[in-house]
Amino acid sequence: MTVLTVPPADVAGTPGISRRSRVLRRLRRNPLAVVSFVVLALVAVAALLSPWIAPYSVDQPDFAHTFGPPGTPGHVLGTDDLGRDVLSRIMLGARASLQVALLAVATSLVVGVPLGLAAGYFRAWDAVISRFTDLLLAFPFLIMAVGLAAIRGASLANAAVAIGIAQIPGVIRVVRSDTLRLKSLDFVAAAVVDGASDLWVLSRHVLPNATSVILVQATVAIPAAILGEAVLSFLGLGIQPPAPSLGTMLATAQQFAARAPWAAVLPGLVIMGLALAFNVFGDALRDALDPKGDRR
Amino acid sequence: MTTVERADTASSAVGTPVLAVRDLSVSFTTEGGTVSAVDRVSLELAPGEIVGMVGESGCGKSVTAMSIAGLLPDSARISGSVRLEGTELVGTREPVLRRVRGKEIAYIFQEPMTSLNPVLTVGRQIGEVLRVHERMSRRAARARAVELLSLVGIPSAGKRVDNYPHQLSGGMRQRVMIAMAVACGPKVLVADEPTTALDVTVQAGILQVLRDLRDRLGTAILIITHDLGVIADIADRVVVMYAGRVVERAPVTDLFAHPHHRYTAGLLSASPTPGVHAGTQRLQEIPGLVPVLSTQPDACTFADRCPAADATCRESAPPLAAVGAAVTHHLAACWHPCPAPRTESPEATP
Amino acid sequence: MARYLLTRAWHSALTLLLSTVVVFLGVRALPGDPALALAGEDRSPEALEAIRHHYGLDQPLPLQFAQYVERVAQGDFGESIRTGVPVSSMLTTALPVTVELALLAILIAAALGVGAGVLAAVRRGHPAEWLANGLALVGLSVPHFWLGLLAILYLSVATGLFPASGFVPLLEDPVDNLHHIVLPAVILGTGLAAIIMRQTRSAMLDSLSSDHVRTAKAKGLRPRAVITRHALRNSLIVVVTIVGLQLGGLISGAVVTEQIFGLPGFGKMTIDAVFQRDYPVIQAVVLLTATAYIVINLLVDLLYSVIDPRIRVTGDPA
Repeated sequence: MTVLTVPPADVAGTPGISRRSRVLRRLRRNPLAVVSFVVLALVAVAALLSPWIAPYSVDQPDFAHTFGPPGTPGHVLGTDDLGRDVLSRIMLGARASLQVALLAVATSLVVGVPLGLAAGYFRAWDAVISRFTDLLLAFPFLIMAVGLAAIRGASLANAAVAIGIAQIPGVIRVVRSDTLRLKSLDFVAAAVVDGASDLWVLSRHVLPNATSVILVQATVAIPAAILGEAVLSFLGLGIQPPAPSLGTMLATAQQFAARAPWAAVLPGLVIMGLALAFNVFGDALRDALDPKGDRR
Repeated sequence: MTTVERADTASSAVGTPVLAVRDLSVSFTTEGGTVSAVDRVSLELAPGEIVGMVGESGCGKSVTAMSIAGLLPDSARISGSVRLEGTELVGTREPVLRRVRGKEIAYIFQEPMTSLNPVLTVGRQIGEVLRVHERMSRRAARARAVELLSLVGIPSAGKRVDNYPHQLSGGMRQRVMIAMAVACGPKVLVADEPTTALDVTVQAGILQVLRDLRDRLGTAILIITHDLGVIADIADRVVVMYAGRVVERAPVTDLFAHPHHRYTAGLLSASPTPGVHAGTQRLQEIPGLVPVLSTQPDACTFADRCPAADATCRESAPPLAAVGAAVTHHLAACWHPCPAPRTESPEATP
Repeated sequence: MARYLLTRAWHSALTLLLSTVVVFLGVRALPGDPALALAGEDRSPEALEAIRHHYGLDQPLPLQFAQYVERVAQGDFGESIRTGVPVSSMLTTALPVTVELALLAILIAAALGVGAGVLAAVRRGHPAEWLANGLALVGLSVPHFWLGLLAILYLSVATGLFPASGFVPLLEDPVDNLHHIVLPAVILGTGLAAIIMRQTRSAMLDSLSSDHVRTAKAKGLRPRAVITRHALRNSLIVVVTIVGLQLGGLISGAVVTEQIFGLPGFGKMTIDAVFQRDYPVIQAVVLLTATAYIVINLLVDLLYSVIDPRIRVTGDPA
């Protein structure tokens, strides 16, 4: 239906300053985007500074004050089975969550982006790379983590690698389809006709224009990685005690559920809040980047 | 406004209209504010008449078409009147409109590929209309679907009825759309760019089917197109739209012989002769773009692209008024209509 | 149609072969002597020699692989190095629990997800849309094992409505079985439901603004018929694919859920095996998961071609 005649510049989604400022304006106008961004910024700062601003040392046991409920004098959020300060452990646990999440997403991007570009740009590579994707998909992240833990022992790095590997197929898929789209556009075709090398075209024309889909993919991958880290640490396949982690805090809470049922609430809420903030921001970002822009 | 009223009364001398659109205005609320798409459009269809509506993309012809049976999204604000045999449709409740759609007023759309449901057989899609409006049994609807398919010229209809849209060619799909549209013998058929997506050779066949249906069933057809060849081939009368307004309205031969509005003249400057199908004769390029308007200005909307525009054109909107010989019902909305019949064509010289 | 299926089957077979190679090499990637790892407690030279011979570790690698494939094809996954029980019989008891849990979870997820997705797409701008969207976002962000923990603490323990852990086989007592498995299935299902909801919603929005839905409206169909027969039917094709692709997530989720609710399934067996360094079990678990994923996605593709006539009859003259 022909309702509007939109100026062509807007339809093409021309890259550059006008588009970036439009995306930012749309984000600023969306209250959910603003709130989630502020939450994320605060959490990021708190997590970065947690070794210095946490009220207590995280591995300082105090056997005189174990299982302190929230509101215990000196411990706002209470103490755990060893009398350690829950607030401090949550702060450092959130920091560890973010670390694993960023490490995992970085891993998936480092491997996935070049493969996605290659699959979309070179026909010959497409089949090989899609078999590789199929292979990765056949190992669910938990099973991958189990395998890695069996071979190399459980650790933060292994958790991050297992999550990162599991996220590679998603990255390959979005980068590949965006590369296919960009390859068919005139300015890329023109560069090819002008005799630019494949590497030049990919790095100068395709990749810069694919950044928005990569950005959106990364924002939805981070909360998934946060949840993944929590699961792995909960099962004992991730961060190893006594290092603080939200997942292991929940595992401890499960052990002592009869004595301190409240201990199971807070770490879970923090994980959920973190993931929710990323997901909400990711949604808002995707809507803002959508050239159609009417999906709200 | 009075001029417009009088002019309309004059043209309805053709007979009692089956469909009468009066002062129809449509605007949309969008992210960027209000956009006026259609401004006080009036037109009439007599039974068995084929009226062509022509204009560039974005001139409001599709919006006009969709608003006739209330098919616009909720974001549309509609005012004015659409009467089907005297019954008002604008502002009518949805359940009542549903009984009109597909039964009294049927539609054909531009893209026969996407306009049909890809996962249902064509027989089922045609039968669906009959089951809803005629309360036919599944078996009876299927039998009728086969008849309809042969009516629109699909060979071995008994087999094709069980095909899925992707198994048919573009022309066949459009014939299926037509079969679906005429299934309940509608009084009005609105065809929105029915041939635009098709090959030239296929186009002629589709137009022939439409003409046949008009002759056989007496259906009034509103055909919307930007292809003057189609208009010349099939229409009895023409409505020219520009930026949401009707700028000229005339019998097809009059319009082609002597366009009064400068816009129409621009469109026709490389036009085909009426009655002869001229293939893919598209609108000639006129410099500039159809403006996007938030409100309709009190000025001629074509002024910015018009060679004859002056101060008057920018200060007040020209009414749609009778021009030329009164008997021809030729109307144009222009302060400075084209003076003479366009250049002496070879056959006009004695 | 036939060509499409053959290509898909060939790709699946290839992926399966590659996965088997990966799993096979995985155990060889263990630090040190795999025989040592496989031996468990008994590390006498004779025992190690016997293991080397049994697993063919003294043979060239390709031959070892061939023998491994041959054994696996016969259902021989070796024995648990902790208990000496054949891995195949461990699987026979554990798998039905997991399959039941997963199927029930998929049912719950599909019902919730499709329902909420359609609602959100149809009632645009309505509070119901906000609620459905909000719940889906929360469902996507909540750690499900935590929900399970809370459910046990505040539902099972506090009210006694559901058992906190344990399992009764379906054939032994169907009612008691359901009683034990329904809460874990709901917990596992909600995560998938959130994903299905979002996919359904976006597929429905695309579908509702498509040309053929406009045609359906122009035909004078009731909104209900437009939504179910014309919009939803087409959207479900997308949803079916999503369920197939989410299978990995479902398997991961099942492992954790079983761990929390103490269900004696595949997941619990897996986690126990990791901590006991029970390599034959881990190897079997990983290989089996990969196979299940590949086979089920092939089945999804077949189902896809049944629902979507465009794939079913490709090759027909257009």
